[in-house]
Amino acid sequence: MDGRDALTRLGATRLTWGVVAAVPTLFLAYFFVYPLATILITALRGAGGSNAMIDVLTRRPLVGVAWFTTWQAAVSTLLTVALGIPGAYVLARLDFPGRRIIRALTIVPFVLPTVVVGTAFLAVLGPGGIIGVDLSRTVTAIIVAHVFYNYAIVVRTVSAYWEHLDPRLEEAARSLGATPWTAFRQVTLPLLMPAIASAASIVFLFTFTSFGVILILGGLAQATIEVEIWRQATGLLNLPVAAALALLQLLGVAAVLFVYTRYQERRSRQLAVTPSAPHRIASRADRWILAGNLVVITVLLGGPLAVLIGRSLRTGSGYGFDAYADLGRRVDGSGLFVAPTSAIANSLRFALAATVIAVVIGGLAAAIVAYRRNAASRSFDALLMLPLGTSAVTLGFGFLLALDEPIDLRTSLWLVPIAHALVAIPFVVRTTAPVMRRIRARLREAAAVLGANPAQTWREIDLPLVARAVAVGAGFAFAVSLGEFGATSFIARPDAPTLPIAIFRLLGRPGAVTFGRAMALSVILMVLTAAAVMMIERFRLGDEDF
Amino acid sequence: MLECRSLTRIYGATRALDDFDLTVLGGSIAAVIGPSGCGKTTLLRVLSGLEQQDAGSIVWDGRDVSSTPTHQRGFGLMFQDFALFPHRTVGENVAFGLRMAGMAQTGRTTRVAEVLELVGLTGYVDRPVTMLSGGEQQRVALARTLAPQPRLVLLDEPLGSLDRTLSDRLIVEMHDIFEALGVTVVYVTHDQGGAFAIADHLIVMREGRAVASGSTEDVWRRPGTEWVARFLGHENIIEAGSPGAAVAIGTSSPHLAGTASAFAVPAAAVSLREDPAGPGTVESVTFRGGSHRVRVAIGDLTLVADVHSSPVRGARVAIDIPPDSVIPLTG
Repeated sequence: MDGRDALTRLGATRLTWGVVAAVPTLFLAYFFVYPLATILITALRGAGGSNAMIDVLTRRPLVGVAWFTTWQAAVSTLLTVALGIPGAYVLARLDFPGRRIIRALTIVPFVLPTVVVGTAFLAVLGPGGIIGVDLSRTVTAIIVAHVFYNYAIVVRTVSAYWEHLDPRLEEAARSLGATPWTAFRQVTLPLLMPAIASAASIVFLFTFTSFGVILILGGLAQATIEVEIWRQATGLLNLPVAAALALLQLLGVAAVLFVYTRYQERRSRQLAVTPSAPHRIASRADRWILAGNLVVITVLLGGPLAVLIGRSLRTGSGYGFDAYADLGRRVDGSGLFVAPTSAIANSLRFALAATVIAVVIGGLAAAIVAYRRNAASRSFDALLMLPLGTSAVTLGFGFLLALDEPIDLRTSLWLVPIAHALVAIPFVVRTTAPVMRRIRARLREAAAVLGANPAQTWREIDLPLVARAVAVGAGFAFAVSLGEFGATSFIARPDAPTLPIAIFRLLGRPGAVTFGRAMALSVILMVLTAAAVMMIERFRLGDEDF
Repeated sequence: MLECRSLTRIYGATRALDDFDLTVLGGSIAAVIGPSGCGKTTLLRVLSGLEQQDAGSIVWDGRDVSSTPTHQRGFGLMFQDFALFPHRTVGENVAFGLRMAGMAQTGRTTRVAEVLELVGLTGYVDRPVTMLSGGEQQRVALARTLAPQPRLVLLDEPLGSLDRTLSDRLIVEMHDIFEALGVTVVYVTHDQGGAFAIADHLIVMREGRAVASGSTEDVWRRPGTEWVARFLGHENIIEAGSPGAAVAIGTSSPHLAGTASAFAVPAAAVSLREDPAGPGTVESVTFRGGSHRVRVAIGDLTLVADVHSSPVRGARVAIDIPPDSVIPLTG
């Protein structure tokens, strides 16, 4: 008798488990598998007898799009890793005043909505930007924004691993006559490779499927596959080509994931890990590395956000809250048919609904993954992660393509929160299932010998421990929903835009006044997201076992 | 009084409990000792109802409790790894069983303070359990187990994860607490020293069976078999037929006439006398604080003696073993 099957001990029968499993399964089948299958069929069937897939693969401009998507992702990834490794070193190994604050700051860009990042960089690099050169619609702008956006992934992933790497390995190499640089290259770097590869794969996937940043900074001049799907589907109404592109992108993502998994299998080795305290700053080299990284973090990460806030406060004659005060008024000719303030209300409502859906569906799914350990539950686990590997635009496009029958949901207000929940469910499962699993059978047994019946055991032990994880998952879901742009751009009703959609529409209309309002709206979105993230940090559990 | 008859628990091909009998008188402390994997932990899990035996009965004060679920059995179990609830404070951990028993808030507060005082943790009520040292965690776990006044207290290697000095001290404290409360205790361990220190009654377990049982001193003095003698820490096991046996024990010893296949001689019972014509040669001397442990070779036999003043290495010695300290053993 072990704790995994806690619900079974509660008297839950196979039937109960069936019901628990049915809810998330049906949800994913209808809102994920069915739209994706529709894309597949549309791509392969094509229009007018010709196969859209072959069409896409032979047309020069579309091949160019695929090539551009790949190389800009590769360059963005390389630069992010090159910049992120010293950052990881600073956070993992050096001790300096303000270390915790810097650590918290590095996560900020990652949780910012893509639209905010795009807008912030437009404020820096765009027309009238503070550097004085208009770099919008250039690859440079896109790559710089990508580095900003993904820096946190590399720093966080690699430093978490680095902290637990035994520093004596490097010290041993030094005592054997290696210079600090040689010791790093020969000992530390090879040991860090799994973490670096892991971070690089994620960064590559994110930049490969990047949408909001590219649409805002690159416009249609620098189209990735993701942007091209959107253009073909919503602008040119060429659904088979859009579907073929979506399929092509899915294959690309699958290929990256495949290579990555194979690599990790070959590389994985047992490491003697030690929880190690960061050492003090000793060498002159350390001081330079620290100073360099602090500059990177302040200028690269803090700069654009400061400029964004500054621009939102700029008025015709100086500084003030004019742009904010004007948010209650509609902006004519911007493609935004409602007052920007109503987008704030929409976003909050959608985020709330998406959070509830994601927590219910994700919570049930996590229970199955955590408490039932059989082949079915493992394949269920894999199914749950698929939405993560599917680009947001593909999801939104699938909704548009598939959800007109049997029930026409395309004009339903529920479509947006459902799409957001779909993106958030993997986060909820990933935060709650491990906690459910980690609650040791011993704790439940300890409760039982102290006189708690099975229901009391669940209420006293499982519930309080899981509740915190659920709160973290809910925070993630809320933040994801607030910032979601790719899927929403397909399915949001014109009369009910979300904050990112409203910002995008405002940016589409030239003029300093509208631009200021887009900046103001971005700042509000940033603040709301930050609030959700602070809640995550508050409830996050440590790594200890329970 | 706890009476277990013919308890059997089978996992696949292994019999973790094999026709195991156990009787513990009310108010006494029984220690079950055996090497790891002998079925000790299974015994506690079956007694507490966390696992169901495949055969046999568990009777408490004349009532069979075999089918009573864990939470209604009223037996307290203290886990080897303590299993403190990480999301609750020290006080909430200790109060848990009281709350389950439906005790009111005021009663709980008093009882928690009482039990914490008993284990020497007065003032720890509001501390988080995650910030405690190993010894403090052990005390909280003990307090949590004792708070609801269980009819039987089961302890699974309660000092296993603590260092030697600390566990030596805690075991004495636990003994005093149990004696003061007059509770019935089953204490499971692989450590003979701990078992001797705490128990009135000793049960030696091997591969799911009880292979020796009796008062602590009885079992030490009459382990019965060679295996039990070795497990209890007897150093000198001498085969009956070996050439050294007659020299060491003395041909006149009445034991040699018996049916024993081997003999155990406590190291403390061996005395050495320097004698150039003696049969033994001192092989090594180790100072053990208070006494010397001396290894003496007699032909192919090596005897261990704990003595106060030691001969030097290489010296010839005569060996003196009082006949009544020789313990006959069977295979």
